[in-house]
Amino acid sequence: MAAGATYTPIASTTIGTAVASYTFSSISGSYTDLVLIASVQLSASGQSFNYQYNGDTGTNYSLTILKGNGTSATSDRRSSINYQLAAGWDAGLPSSGSSFATAIININNYSNSTTYKTSICRGSNAAGGDVTSTVCLWRNTAAITSITCYSGASANLAVGTTLALYGIAAA
Amino acid sequence: MILPGVIASSGVVASSFESIATSTVGSGGVASVTFSSIPQTFAHLQIRYIGRDNRTSNTLDTILLQFNSSTTSYYTHYLLGNGTTAAANGFSGSGIEIYRITGPSATSGIFGAGVVDILNYTSTTNNKTTRSLAGADLNGSGEIVLGSGLWYATPAAISSVKLSPTNATLFSEFSSFALYGIKA
Repeated sequence: MAAGATYTPIASTTIGTAVASYTFSSISGSYTDLVLIASVQLSASGQSFNYQYNGDTGTNYSLTILKGNGTSATSDRRSSINYQLAAGWDAGLPSSGSSFATAIININNYSNSTTYKTSICRGSNAAGGDVTSTVCLWRNTAAITSITCYSGASANLAVGTTLALYGIAAA
Repeated sequence: MILPGVIASSGVVASSFESIATSTVGSGGVASVTFSSIPQTFAHLQIRYIGRDNRTSNTLDTILLQFNSSTTSYYTHYLLGNGTTAAANGFSGSGIEIYRITGPSATSGIFGAGVVDILNYTSTTNNKTTRSLAGADLNGSGEIVLGSGLWYATPAAISSVKLSPTNATLFSEFSSFALYGIKA
């Protein structure tokens, strides 16, 4: 019944020089789901770690977030925005030292051309001061062929940030 | 122990994660999806899905998860964010409820998504515990949910998994459910 091994590394990078963004491009449509695992530090404080698909910078995204900031658990949302958030809400990501935030983004059924794309994400930002779970919607039925990772505002992805993209193929 | 997709890890080995079976719903919908004759050669199972159903006049629903055709002795706990507040709840039922999938009142094309882990499913001594991260955003409403479920009818190994819409009759076309095995 088992159909074989999957969860295949597609691409990864370690940021060696601070950059505004990093894009996984030409993503094969041969998988069912994508998982992006990130360990991120930013060049400026108070900023979040965001992502977009297929170069779409329009207000075609939205999100609902569950978050804890060390004091209380709350929820929030953003509608018709131009980004998806992976980590850092009440508190920004680390911007110096040896601490990084992590995010695991699950993008299920990314390659179909019939449904809008929903992703679910865990953001672990203990160094910055919060933990988040997020569901994000991209109101577009196109297959996802690229993912751009970046910070809100004008912060860069700092040196030492790692980004790894995996593909999972269903039987 | 590494559970890809839910627990952070950069050490995932491709051969430790295997596709077992998948079901994509066709035109007209389907009442349920059952993965049967599940191999007992893995340590854990993972279900990854996008889902939508025909729950009348609703934007959201849940998936009812049942094991080995058992309809009793389940418990569900969740921590939920609805865009305004965080809420927690726990209840017993005829299956473990996975929050969320979308319903027909959601904009066409929007599906809920989730990742569900079924831990130590081959054990014959432990009741079975699940955990999930799932949700649906509808650009103005929606929920994100951390869930945990328990099946305590018997400590039997899980050989079949049934998914059905909790408050509807059909999963909608393009819903897709995939079962994976994770080796220790």
